[in-house]
Amino acid sequence: MAARIRLPAQIRRGEPFEVRTLVEHVMETGQRHDEQGRAIPRRILNKFEARFNGQAVITMDLAPAIAANPYLTFVMAVNEPGTLDFIWFDDDGSTITARERVTPT
Amino acid sequence: MALNRRVLIQATAATLLPALAGAQPLRPGAHQVLLARFANGRTPQAGRLRIRVPEIADNGASVPLTLSVDGPDRITRVLLVNDGNPNPEVMAIEFGPLAARAEVSTRIRAAQSMNVIGYAETASGQLFMGRADVRVTIGGCGT
Repeated sequence: MAARIRLPAQIRRGEPFEVRTLVEHVMETGQRHDEQGRAIPRRILNKFEARFNGQAVITMDLAPAIAANPYLTFVMAVNEPGTLDFIWFDDDGSTITARERVTPT
Repeated sequence: MALNRRVLIQATAATLLPALAGAQPLRPGAHQVLLARFANGRTPQAGRLRIRVPEIADNGASVPLTLSVDGPDRITRVLLVNDGNPNPEVMAIEFGPLAARAEVSTRIRAAQSMNVIGYAETASGQLFMGRADVRVTIGGCGT
């Protein structure tokens, strides 16, 4: 389960920049059935959070309507260097995490 | 041959044009409950919340969607719902102070052609509504 994060090559202090994230996940909707006609249980990433130096940038509650391998982007600005942490919460209780260093010029 | 083709084109246009001319009517359903809960008695104003999707998406399993909110006020929350999937939820977003703009892109599933409806709330408690007409040629239910 790999997460991919894309940040602009150059980030300027106080100027908005886009953060693009993509994570591998089946996002099983709970609406499908297997060959034997048994319901395939729902298993999605139900929440995404991004934090900069521990402060919440954005939180998204996700539903089965989000396509497999969720692609999520948002726009932020920072005034100092720091650490951007990403966390995806799975229905099964596990998490996927990623971390990027942000150094504005 | 020429006549047949003309007839076919006219018939196709007659079928397609009304569908393209206006947005799909909103279906009633559970999404209305979610919107009402979010609104909490307030009436949203149309506009400012823009939800963009392709004019027609080939594959309902993955439809690109971008939402953005215009204007000077800070947006604190956005709720996105739909009226065509088995579950009405799409996404609920909370923007912290570091989120420079209320702008989010993702890819959604659409089991059939449907509406995506969004409410955005400003820091001062104002409510704005937006809507997108998601048209798919192949539904994304079984994928």
